[in-house]
Amino acid sequence: MVERALPEIPRLGGSVAHRGMPSWLKGLRREPRVVVAGGYLLLLLLAAIFAPLVSPHDPLEQDLMLNTLPPAFSAGADPGYVLGTDSLGRDIASRLIHGARVALTVAIVAALAAGAFGTVLGLLAGYYGGWVDAVVSRLIDIWMAFPPVLLSILLVAMIGTGLTSVILAIVIIDWTRFCRVVRSETLQQTRMDYVDAAVVLGRSRWTILTREVLPNVLPVVLVLLSLEMGIAVIVEAVLSFVGLSVSSDMPTWGGMIAEGRQIIYHGWWVMVFPLSLLVLTVLAFNQLGDGLRRLTDPVMRR
Amino acid sequence: MLSSRALRQVVFAIVTLFGVAVVSFVLLRVVPGDPIAMMIAPGASAEDIARLRAAYGLDKGLVAQFVIWLGHALTGDFGTSISMRQNVVHLIAGRLPATIELTLTALAVGLALGIGAAVASTLGTRRLIGSTVDNANGILLAVPDFVWALAFVLLFGVAWPILPISGRVDPRLAIDFTTSFLLIESLLRLRLDIARDVLAHMIMPAMALALPLAAVILRVLKGALESEALRDYALLARIRGASRLRVTLRETLRNAMIPTLALTGVQFTFMFGGTVIVERIFAYPGIGNLAIDAVINRDLPLVQGLILTFGLIFILINLAVEASFALLNPRLRHG
Amino acid sequence: MSPALLSIAGLSARLKRPPHTPLLRSVDLEVAPGEVHGLVGESGAGKSTIGKAILGILPGAIELAGGTIRFCGEDLLAMPAGRRREILGSQIALIPQDPMTSLNPSRRIGDQLTDGLRLKRGLNGKALEDKAVSLLRDVQINDPEAVLRRYPHELSGGMRQRILIAAAFSMDPKLIIADEPTTALDVTVQKEVLRLIRSMQASHGTGVLFVTHDLGVVAQICDRVTVLYGGMIVEQGATADVLAAPSHPYTAALMAASPRHDQTGSGMQPIPASLTAALQGELARHGLERVTHA
Repeated sequence: MVERALPEIPRLGGSVAHRGMPSWLKGLRREPRVVVAGGYLLLLLLAAIFAPLVSPHDPLEQDLMLNTLPPAFSAGADPGYVLGTDSLGRDIASRLIHGARVALTVAIVAALAAGAFGTVLGLLAGYYGGWVDAVVSRLIDIWMAFPPVLLSILLVAMIGTGLTSVILAIVIIDWTRFCRVVRSETLQQTRMDYVDAAVVLGRSRWTILTREVLPNVLPVVLVLLSLEMGIAVIVEAVLSFVGLSVSSDMPTWGGMIAEGRQIIYHGWWVMVFPLSLLVLTVLAFNQLGDGLRRLTDPVMRR
Repeated sequence: MLSSRALRQVVFAIVTLFGVAVVSFVLLRVVPGDPIAMMIAPGASAEDIARLRAAYGLDKGLVAQFVIWLGHALTGDFGTSISMRQNVVHLIAGRLPATIELTLTALAVGLALGIGAAVASTLGTRRLIGSTVDNANGILLAVPDFVWALAFVLLFGVAWPILPISGRVDPRLAIDFTTSFLLIESLLRLRLDIARDVLAHMIMPAMALALPLAAVILRVLKGALESEALRDYALLARIRGASRLRVTLRETLRNAMIPTLALTGVQFTFMFGGTVIVERIFAYPGIGNLAIDAVINRDLPLVQGLILTFGLIFILINLAVEASFALLNPRLRHG
Repeated sequence: MSPALLSIAGLSARLKRPPHTPLLRSVDLEVAPGEVHGLVGESGAGKSTIGKAILGILPGAIELAGGTIRFCGEDLLAMPAGRRREILGSQIALIPQDPMTSLNPSRRIGDQLTDGLRLKRGLNGKALEDKAVSLLRDVQINDPEAVLRRYPHELSGGMRQRILIAAAFSMDPKLIIADEPTTALDVTVQKEVLRLIRSMQASHGTGVLFVTHDLGVVAQICDRVTVLYGGMIVEQGATADVLAAPSHPYTAALMAASPRHDQTGSGMQPIPASLTAALQGELARHGLERVTHA
């Protein structure tokens, strides 16, 4: 009963694809968190792209005379350093903006790569079934048995530190998140009547997969992508916190937090600002993903 | 009575552990980077290097290396840590109790918080309360242990300094214990001063690990309790005049725990992953902290030993989860 | 006629959300002590809504729009929750529809059967065990001591329904709501269970509100009957009178549509379209639309 929907109403995406602008906007009004979180992330992205233009200082410029300056709103501050300086006298605000470059690069590239890889495997497993599905499912089971943080540290240890390694580690670990969901979603979709109808019409399997099934699976992938970006930001921060991410001459939020942890009793702000930005960004990705899910899920839409 | 089901699980566990050993061994041996190069003084002669390579068995083929390693491993010899020049088994055995005490404490706290909040959420009738809990939990779910740990350091270490922010026990306390299970042994010996100090060091890292677990348990258990509450047997209990709390505690909680437990098992294994970072933040001397040092120093024997230790822990957790399924679900007990 | 045990007056219910589709329209109904009162109708007629309203378990989507439900003179809808729980536990009981889902899969039969006795009567130990054994004997279960220690999944549907009947009678309630108690059972088991309910009811002097879609069942067990259509009462009276000479064409059609209780299988006549149209007109005059759920 449930899995046999009418051909005219495919479960997820069809309605999304056919909905016009007005109802799309109406949806955004019902989920203001999508606007707020999306707006914040867009702002962060712009700041990261134009980092050299918007940063008040060179993020690497040291001035030991100006070390551990408190943020502008407290006593003994230098108004030129809004968020204060770290133990080497580097401007925290500028380092945060430049750190966003690493964070967002990792988030976007890793999530897209993991999403692409996982989605393709999931589509194949869900659509072709049989031994393809058996192999992919087994692979997922084995993968899921390892705790992600441990695996990522191990992987980075193996392939060495650096931006590419961090991204690679995240992709290698997290493709399963996409694969699992896309596989089960595809399984449901291929059981629906509209797929049968397409088969009867003589469409090829590939056409059915890309034209009929994929558009219906995409909204779910979109939600997962947003959530995955949040995860990637965390993983990058953790790895740079323990010194396994990019080299130390490139500012990262995790690296800044680690420096702040060292001098926590002398300058709390050195840790608090990157930590706050990290939390804010992760929450934004999560709320965006959550809002997108509510927008695209017909059950939640009621 | 050891059923065939249990036997199969034990056999599966052993096979898995062997698989982990093989895979990790191969992966760690094919990685670029020569561990010997990192441990010799600059200007060492080629003979010195060759001698070291032979000492660590690095001059032979991969299969031969594995056979040698496995032979030693089966007799409990995992080699010597390259960076710390100590027996790997002793190193790990010295650190493991700290991690076990930490994670079990975190597990207990996480279960108590998660189950307590889920049960409490079934008592409210207002829809507003339910959605507030859901939204707050949505945020809790997004905050990882890493962030909790740092937030605690700021709050209770710096802003309101009531707890120590690093280590496991105050070094000034004279401790002459026979084991490294400081919390358990201090309680057994009634050395409450030490137990107090160990607990004070443990509260923040344990809470950092427990809160994400509690958030997951709350979400899953709340959903399971809600759907169980709509089942006929729960309705019937309410018709018989049982209060909401009574229906939850006596009727639905046990059934709702079954799906929750599977997830708790998975999350508990993730918690061991979390110890890596949380122990680092609190300079807590457990195997997570040890793992980072081992990785940074490219200490292959130690990394290998730690991977197997983690693998063994995960397998034991899975077996424990299976066993508790049987306790909760009468259908499995007789199957 | 003796004073009513249960007296429903002017009970109306509707969907909570717009368009507030009405589900019950001013229903009046009385159950006398010791009487079995049948409540008949197709699915969607509102018969389960009445049962749920009495028990206070209406789904969140439905709200009551008026009326009273008096039990021994007290209005169940107006009393505080605590008092209501007291009455529900000890004086009103339910025999549920589906024995497969109405027992908690993770608790032993004995524990579930004796919940009320422990909670409300304070029984325990040997006295409780003895009472449980005699309850199972009453519903003709063999080897009751062993059954008490079983889990639900080890018992058949018929056995489970007997246990639920025993549980319903365990507190000696004045009123039992039987919500299609035989629908989920095999035909052969159905008859035994019906006979069991009738004899238990007679020996305990319990009033029963028997909800069913099957007039054949009504003929077997009910003293009086109320026929519902689209949330309103179309006919009410002594079972023998109503079945012998239905005054409303819908009752007659329903009789033709139900399986004869002395036969199995088909032989059912669909409700004629002309009658449905006439009924819709009647509903429209009452400002009601026919609803197809609940």
